[in-house]
Amino acid sequence: MFSHLLPEFLVERRSDRCIKCRVCERQCPNGVHHYDTELDLMFSDESPCVGCQRCVVFCPTNALSVYPHPTTYRPNASWTREKLQDLKKQAETGGVILTGSGNDKPYRIYWDHLVLNASQVTNPSIDPLREPMELRTYLGRKPDTLEVEVCGDRVSITSRLSPNVPVETPILFSAMSYGAISYQAFVSLAMAAKEFGTLFNTGEGGLPREMREKFGQNAVVQCASGRFGVDPEYLNSAAVVEIKIGQGAKPGIGGHLPGEKVAANIALTRMIPEGTDALSPAPQHDIYSIEDLSMLIYALKEATNYEKPVSVKIAAVHNVAAIASGIVRAGADIVAIDGLRGGTGAAPKAIRDNVGIPIELALAAVDRRLREEGIRHKCSIIAASGIRCSADVVKAIALGADAVYIGSAALVAMGCTLCQKCYTGKCAWGICTQDPYLSRRLNPEIASQRLVNLLRGWSHEIKEMLGGMGINAIESLRGNREHLRGVGLEGWELDVLGVKGAGE
Amino acid sequence: MRPQISERYLPEKDSQACGLFGVMNTAGERFGGEMAINAMANMKVRGNGLGGGFAIYGLYPEFRDYYALHIMFERHQPGAKEMVDEFLADHFHVVYDEVIPTNKKATVLNPPVVWRYFVSPRRHPEEGNNLSDDEFVVEKVMHINTRIDGAYVFSSGKDMGVFKGVGFPEEIADYFMLDRLYKGYIWTAHSRFPTNTPGWWGGAHPFSILDWTVVHNGELSSYGTNRRYLEMFGYYCTLYTDTEVMAYAVDLLMRRQGLPIEVVSGIFAAPMWDIIEHMEPERRELYKTLRMSYAPLLMNGPFTVIVAHHNEMFGLTDRIRLRPITAAAAGDFVFLSSEEASIRAVAPRLDLAWTPPGGEPVVARLHTKDYLASLTRAV
Ligand code: SF4
Ligand code: SF4
Repeated sequence: MFSHLLPEFLVERRSDRCIKCRVCERQCPNGVHHYDTELDLMFSDESPCVGCQRCVVFCPTNALSVYPHPTTYRPNASWTREKLQDLKKQAETGGVILTGSGNDKPYRIYWDHLVLNASQVTNPSIDPLREPMELRTYLGRKPDTLEVEVCGDRVSITSRLSPNVPVETPILFSAMSYGAISYQAFVSLAMAAKEFGTLFNTGEGGLPREMREKFGQNAVVQCASGRFGVDPEYLNSAAVVEIKIGQGAKPGIGGHLPGEKVAANIALTRMIPEGTDALSPAPQHDIYSIEDLSMLIYALKEATNYEKPVSVKIAAVHNVAAIASGIVRAGADIVAIDGLRGGTGAAPKAIRDNVGIPIELALAAVDRRLREEGIRHKCSIIAASGIRCSADVVKAIALGADAVYIGSAALVAMGCTLCQKCYTGKCAWGICTQDPYLSRRLNPEIASQRLVNLLRGWSHEIKEMLGGMGINAIESLRGNREHLRGVGLEGWELDVLGVKGAGE
Repeated sequence: MRPQISERYLPEKDSQACGLFGVMNTAGERFGGEMAINAMANMKVRGNGLGGGFAIYGLYPEFRDYYALHIMFERHQPGAKEMVDEFLADHFHVVYDEVIPTNKKATVLNPPVVWRYFVSPRRHPEEGNNLSDDEFVVEKVMHINTRIDGAYVFSSGKDMGVFKGVGFPEEIADYFMLDRLYKGYIWTAHSRFPTNTPGWWGGAHPFSILDWTVVHNGELSSYGTNRRYLEMFGYYCTLYTDTEVMAYAVDLLMRRQGLPIEVVSGIFAAPMWDIIEHMEPERRELYKTLRMSYAPLLMNGPFTVIVAHHNEMFGLTDRIRLRPITAAAAGDFVFLSSEEASIRAVAPRLDLAWTPPGGEPVVARLHTKDYLASLTRAV
């Protein structure tokens, strides 16, 4: 069928600069550039261009520009270019429109409407370059009371404690499975987490055996609806076990890793035959209620000898506070909440862009509900989705999170440009692909260094912000909404966030 | 769980700076108020005349088996006293009560009537016996404070009492004639420099629950975190001050959970992780667990606190000593103060004076020399 689609990007090549080195041709997985030997000229076909900017970055003479295609339909506030294109795409294919990475629609980003506090006069700010400033966070269930026995000078603890896992900065890498991302990208995350003393999350694709000994202690291993790669050794190699109920980018939806991506090592890790589709059902078929969840939580605790915190990850949906409360009562040590802007390797666009609620509101509601019920200390809260910078982390913690998961931000650090084409398997940056020609581009030594730099930079910034507030340990910011004020928010939004307006 | 409006509407907390002083005779000898009063007068600039108060232990030996309730009644709420009397008659045996005598010539503004009652619990059969006497008293005190308009309980412990109000500490002392009428073996005192509250007599310090009193100087940047954690254990702030948070935290950890101050100081002013890492294994485990479990009760930001209850007085400063405290000893006397000068002003001949490091409690206990423990680690 002849396609009516307009190209999304325009590729411009300055002939006065191009030296016909053919770098762009080799870098582009979509066949945009091509060299004509007879004419000794570079040509481009912009229709398959996804705007990933790989060629622009690698062109040695800065001859290339790639920008949104200026061709438009008659401007229409309701029938936008995107809506029209999607309509035409579906008319041509009759399929579900797929997309990757996170919701890009202009829902209100609450981080950008919250401002932070700083000390003036009545208490001193603290200079992190001169005074210690602590970001270490323990994730897991805390006791109601600590029983101690004092005899003379010696104090010993007699309460039985739940397992807790320390992270040196309250930033963890989100679940991204081996299979959805390349082995190189997966290893890079693991290396960075280990070097910085934080955690990465295996996602639902298992943890390759050769990585377990070295990286297990920095891994959150997932047990998802497909149960890929789950066995006792996998569970016991990890720091934290996470039950994945939902994902912010596609609440209520399962996953599908097509068979062509299931190469030998992925098949081995997921424990499925090579070349078969890896299908994760939408629900966990043994969890149809909160009691079922509790049984799975305790099954996993049994399997790991009660030595590891068990996390439950859910998508932020309308009644998230009540659900989180149920999860804590069911025995989870950590509740991970993934909001409206959470990323994905592949999701139906209609779902990604329309289902779920913003993490800021969900987080504030969950924190408040758990406190009202007197059980906030029984779990740690990890907030995920759309955390773009250190200030977002600080704001999330002030709204009640113990730590945050970052996914998209980590990928961007490795090279990703949020082109949203992860589902095609042709990621030009070697991240979301199983094509060895592409994934080879990502050198784990370098990519992990980029990730460590990111964590270091953010951690420094967090320390500066804490010091400014007169706080020298991150735990004293947790839930401390006194340090937040809203700007440009409506009354109901401030109510849900539990934050005063600026000047109030 | 109490139905809540959004936290957005909760009042902002008060900021304040303060002066603190405490003196104890570790032999249990009772003495008059001169030292405490003069020490506070010496630190006059630490207050602005909007709050001063004293706590005295060993105050009512003749009634030592009865809870001594000091209750203030606002003059513009004439019905309050009647309601309280009725409430007390219903829940307590009141063995003696009287108005607390005051100096008519003293210069204080708008004083309320302050009354003292000596009581023991009277349980109704339907209330059962689940509550200890202490918990019973706490519950009734909370009832008066939150439900009876115009009445507020200053203190409710045995053989102790709190005198406080709006004014400089020496004015309050003069008003209640503390120097002439009372003796005790512990005196703690407080003067206040609120930056944004009009003076209210109930809002002055010491802050007290049963026989625990807290005087505090500080500005907790962790206030919001501390307050939220305490709410989970049923402590709802009504005054929105750091001191209130500190007092509730002391009550939760020390009175209700029975943790000794040596442990509690490791929670309020937790050592840095780096220091914990270098402790010997047993201590490391203890401090790590304390910090991990009670992270929301880390009192972050500058503070000094003096806590007293029967037989014990201790002082503590924050973990990086942003508001230092000075300790001193002379014979059986142990002193704690915001400033060394105020101690020297009232006890010129000291055996020892030292500045404990951040997070290191100075603990004065009857008939012990426990306070010396902090000397060895002094700055
Ligand atoms: S990479 Fe740049 S210089 Fe090389 S062929 Fe492409 S446009 Fe020309
Ligand atoms: S991971 Fe690759 S394919 Fe996915 S958005 Fe980033 S650059 Fe595009």
